[in-house]
Amino acid sequence: MEYTIYILLLPLFTFIFIGLLSNKLSHKTAGIIGTISLTIITILSYMTAFEYFTTQKINGVYQTIVPFNQLWLNLGANLHIDLGIMLDPISVMMLIVVSTVSLMVHIYSLGYMKGEVGFQRYYSFLSLFTFSMLGLVVATNIFQMYIFWELVGVSSYLLIGFYYTKPEAVAASKKAFIVTRFADLFFLIGILILSFFTQTFDFGILMSGDGSIFNSAIGTTFIGGSVLTWAMALIFVGGAGKSAMFPFHIWLPDAMEGPTPVSALIHAATMVVAGVFLVARLFPIYIGFTPEVLHGIAYVGAFTAMFSAIIAIVQTDIKRVLAFSTISQIGFMMVALGVSGYEGHEGLGYMSSMFHLFTHAMFKALLFLGAGSIIHAVHSNEMNQMGGLRKYMPITHLTFLIACLSISGIPPFSGFFSKDEILTATFNFSNGLGIWMTVVAFLTAFYMFRLYYNIFWGKEYKSENGHIPHESPISMTFPLIFLAAVTLVSGFIPFGKFVTADRAEYIIHLDWTVATISISVAIIAILLATALYRKPSNIPSKIVSKTKGLYKAAYHRFYIDEIYLFITKSVIFKGISQPFAWFDRHIIDGAMNGLAWITNWTSLKIRGFQSGQVQWYAYVFLLGTLLITILAIAI
Amino acid sequence: MIELLVNSVSIPMVAFLIVSLIMFFAGVFGFLTRKNLIMILISVELILNSVDINFAVFNRYLFPEQMEGLFFALFGIAIAACETAVAIAIIINIYRRFGNVDVDNVNKLKG
Repeated sequence: MEYTIYILLLPLFTFIFIGLLSNKLSHKTAGIIGTISLTIITILSYMTAFEYFTTQKINGVYQTIVPFNQLWLNLGANLHIDLGIMLDPISVMMLIVVSTVSLMVHIYSLGYMKGEVGFQRYYSFLSLFTFSMLGLVVATNIFQMYIFWELVGVSSYLLIGFYYTKPEAVAASKKAFIVTRFADLFFLIGILILSFFTQTFDFGILMSGDGSIFNSAIGTTFIGGSVLTWAMALIFVGGAGKSAMFPFHIWLPDAMEGPTPVSALIHAATMVVAGVFLVARLFPIYIGFTPEVLHGIAYVGAFTAMFSAIIAIVQTDIKRVLAFSTISQIGFMMVALGVSGYEGHEGLGYMSSMFHLFTHAMFKALLFLGAGSIIHAVHSNEMNQMGGLRKYMPITHLTFLIACLSISGIPPFSGFFSKDEILTATFNFSNGLGIWMTVVAFLTAFYMFRLYYNIFWGKEYKSENGHIPHESPISMTFPLIFLAAVTLVSGFIPFGKFVTADRAEYIIHLDWTVATISISVAIIAILLATALYRKPSNIPSKIVSKTKGLYKAAYHRFYIDEIYLFITKSVIFKGISQPFAWFDRHIIDGAMNGLAWITNWTSLKIRGFQSGQVQWYAYVFLLGTLLITILAIAI
Repeated sequence: MIELLVNSVSIPMVAFLIVSLIMFFAGVFGFLTRKNLIMILISVELILNSVDINFAVFNRYLFPEQMEGLFFALFGIAIAACETAVAIAIIINIYRRFGNVDVDNVNKLKG
């Protein structure tokens, strides 16, 4: 499968081509070049997936294959960094997810970004992102993954700050970059520790099941844990930063300042699940050697899921609701990974996490693209400026409804299957966690339908200047329809046949007890939302006034941003940075400046001697000679 | 008669050296105080000539059977001639440029 290399090279060349010629190309040409390139990539990805899943199964177990691997940096006798392509079930699945969503976003942007200044730049950045994300998922070693990990961070930064004349967008892009970069520092430290003790970066060796390479890392202890535990925990911190897990979630809601298709691609479907992908990629190490870290991941995920679901209920900006919903759903995936075992039924968590990653990517991209369509029509992000839009935008309405039903977990939509399996896996782990996640599922259904009713039902749409919302053009509705179709059918994919922790086939059985519970809580939540928000009523505002403190705290996202600002501004900047800055300016610079000042002063004083008058020089020379002569005679 | 004069009247070496010294310091004094380039050149010639005298005197008095000192004196004279030629050429150029030969005006090469 040597052609897989083109999956990486093509978007890179597209990025360079559109980026360099951005002034020469017209908007249309740039968009079409980008879209065609992405179409080819998508076709190649599907070919890869088909060929991989049909031919690489030996004794019922999918093999890892490396079609391409190139030595990139030699660090020593047996430590080297390669760049290459590794195909295994999860990377092939990610190829499909990334290329599909990216293609849809490329098509969608043709309509959504029409006439924007910097259209070509936008498309070149999209290609850069696609390249980085594909490079991340097919990485053969953890260092290559880290390189592309940073590249997706950069392209995310560039795309969030696409409207660089808007101060909020610039601030949001910086925030996203700094927060994720801060988490990536821990990731890097984790990689370095892991590779120092195991003497390899290569996933193939790390995942070979040979425990002996970890012996030295397990044997060395550091502050109450083995070094391996620390390394794996630090690596997870990097994943938590990218996947917006608490407390690194603060960048994701602000990242919604970027263009909406970008939010759909990067901040809903692909980049933010990189953390989940990372944990899944290193899953054999987590489960085999550091299960305590894995349980920690489950609790972080569970807390984040609940936390952001509560915030999502009270947000009024539709994209922020979706952003918090994304954080919550990634929490679900993390929980599923955290509670998973390795083989057979035990490995249900892993399988369901990957399944949820897949279905979530599709329906969340659909939700975001739908939100983009709505914003395109009403020119606002705020819920209270919408309402009654179902008459004006039938296609958007229908597809959005499908996505809402899917994320709420209503059969037969895809979200039901994946979420149900996550809940089953969680209940298998512990009842407490299972109930906790069921409550989150309840909240999910509630806030999604609050969003839905507020946009499409509720009060009638009133425009201020006679503007009537209209359905979006075909380039925008086609991706909606396509993704809605995927959402409709993807639940029936026998996912356990393709992606499992031990790579052997696992037949999914619906656990009807759990399924009944999850369906009934979803329906109750939807009915509750219907009662509250379908028609304009004052019940919601009454509830708000009764629970004022909680509402206000949730509306302000529990003041996490403020805590961050306080810590950085008042503690770190004032307490640490300012003294350092003073020391630097006054002591270090002062010493250097003093040296320069002394030199200057001395030269001012003695420069009179060098007058350029040869006769004066001769006079001094004569005096000197006489002096030496007298001294020579005297001594 | 002449031979008698040379042999009988013995002039001590110090006398020649005193003349040479006076010439030397007259040259140095002129070099330091004069502003006119021609006068400075003359002063330099005085210094050179005082050195030539020294060469001749030391050769004549200390090593009368050898000729190196005299040759050196001749050599010095040749050098002085060359140097004068070059210096005069420079001075003429300076005169053409500035209209005088005052050394204070020649400061355009100062760094």
